[in-house]
Amino acid sequence: MAVQDNQPAALDPAAPMFKPNVSGRYKLDRIFAALAWGATAIAIAVLVWLILTILIDGLGSLDWQFITSFPSRKAERAGILPALVGTLWIMGVVAFVSFPLGVGAGLFLEEFAEDNWFTQLVEINISNLAGVPSIIYGLLGLAAFVRLFESVTNGRTILSGGLTLVLLILPVIIVATREAFRAVPDSLRWAGYALGATKWEVIWNHVLPSALPGIMTGMILALSRAIGETAPLIAIGAAAFIPFLPEGLQSQFTVLPIQIYNWVGRPQAEFHDIAASGIIVLMAVLLTMNGVAVYIRNRFQKTR
Amino acid sequence: MQDTIVMTSTDFAIQAEKVSVSYGSTLAVKDVFLDIPKNNIVALIGPSGCGKSTVLRCFNRMNDLIPGARVEGRITFNGQDIHSKQVDPVQLRRQVGMVFQRPNPFPKSIYENIAFGARINGYQGNMDELVERSLRGAAIWDEVKDKLKESGLSLSGGQQQRLCIARAIAIEPEVILMDEPCSALDPISTLRVEELMQELKQKYTIIIVTHNMQQASRTSDYTAFFNARATEQGGKMGYLVEYNRTEIIFQQPSQQDTQEYVSGRFG
Repeated sequence: MAVQDNQPAALDPAAPMFKPNVSGRYKLDRIFAALAWGATAIAIAVLVWLILTILIDGLGSLDWQFITSFPSRKAERAGILPALVGTLWIMGVVAFVSFPLGVGAGLFLEEFAEDNWFTQLVEINISNLAGVPSIIYGLLGLAAFVRLFESVTNGRTILSGGLTLVLLILPVIIVATREAFRAVPDSLRWAGYALGATKWEVIWNHVLPSALPGIMTGMILALSRAIGETAPLIAIGAAAFIPFLPEGLQSQFTVLPIQIYNWVGRPQAEFHDIAASGIIVLMAVLLTMNGVAVYIRNRFQKTR
Repeated sequence: MQDTIVMTSTDFAIQAEKVSVSYGSTLAVKDVFLDIPKNNIVALIGPSGCGKSTVLRCFNRMNDLIPGARVEGRITFNGQDIHSKQVDPVQLRRQVGMVFQRPNPFPKSIYENIAFGARINGYQGNMDELVERSLRGAAIWDEVKDKLKESGLSLSGGQQQRLCIARAIAIEPEVILMDEPCSALDPISTLRVEELMQELKQKYTIIIVTHNMQQASRTSDYTAFFNARATEQGGKMGYLVEYNRTEIIFQQPSQQDTQEYVSGRFG
């Protein structure tokens, strides 16, 4: 370091214009590396602590009987089956409806819409909607899907709950889709147009496949948010105690977070343990779902 | 300039008449007259910002895709005005293909890169044969014949560019526009593309934009020299200085600017 420090002086002994101060800059390097490491360590430590306590509390009461049983007033006989099935139904509705709607809206705004004050207004509003508290969406869902469209949804049902969550996560998907489309280089579009492709052929064959990994990342984030939501579903009046399995879109339902919330709120300690078991089930569903999405994403990335 | 090249209009693939292009309120290139004879290689040369790539993009209406771009004047392809209502830009681009500055293969297999253009344009023949014929035509078949299922992006830069040329000729265009096709390639790949151009000229008309004067003098039959002058708004406006047979442009140009440019005194 001393040699490097002296170099400018050797080049211009009269007036050294450069003071590299290499050791000081390396010190700054190390400080920032340590800060970043610390931040990561804190995040991981919290996560590990959370998972460990849940596993310690919940693994004991997690067995096949817990997964295949209906809820009960006695903790040792209580199971999570209706909530698990309800969550799978709800997530099915959410994924099925939100993917085409969100990607379609993002596609239109990014590839077709002209850049004028109206689209900018729409853009700002979509970004704002992503920050609206979820309970507000619950109230909207109550007014719209449960009351107004009761003839279609049959009231407080899977369809109402699913559509409410779709509204909640649409802004996230739209924003992620637009970002993904924006990241596709124009040279790829030109390549398509130069071969005599129409706009739709360029988008469908080249832009969309290239953007899909980014879109899937947005879907993962959005669905992960939807699966854990409790407040909007309570607002639309999802049941807390369901002694039967939902049979279709127009069935009443409950979901894992509501079941967990319900058990946590009880005074008996045994219910707190099966709540932890419920959280493990919820995490397993979430991991499986994200695994599928990551698999789809990687399949599309491999060809690049 | 038409006086020095005595030809009838049916011998021209593309004719540009008083063509000006502006982006928004900025005039990028002004009053270009250019007649491109069939089955020849025409080089567009000139310093940066002289509008040669802009002019090139007029010929397959790629400027349509740039917001705010406006093309004035008359451009004919085989005698037909390409801005008339009867000409559909999508159809035009099938007949006037383009190879870009940076190789831009689709992130798909080598086979798919060739087959895409043929498929969307309703090719009825045997696709395997077309893929082989196109790759042979672009002198890349021997290098890729055993890995047609691999991604086009797995190839080297020079191979990617020849793949892009193969993709362009797969849809059997009449004219191929090349926008500095060798600027991102090494000298050996450049030589291969130049040799390829000499073969392609038997079937196609080629218009090439190049920064490389040696490349223009080596490969082209005709050369158009563009220059730029500063505008009052602080931008640059391109214009055509001189257009003639390549040997005349390089050995006895009629304009002082051309003489200075081709002898390497500026640009």
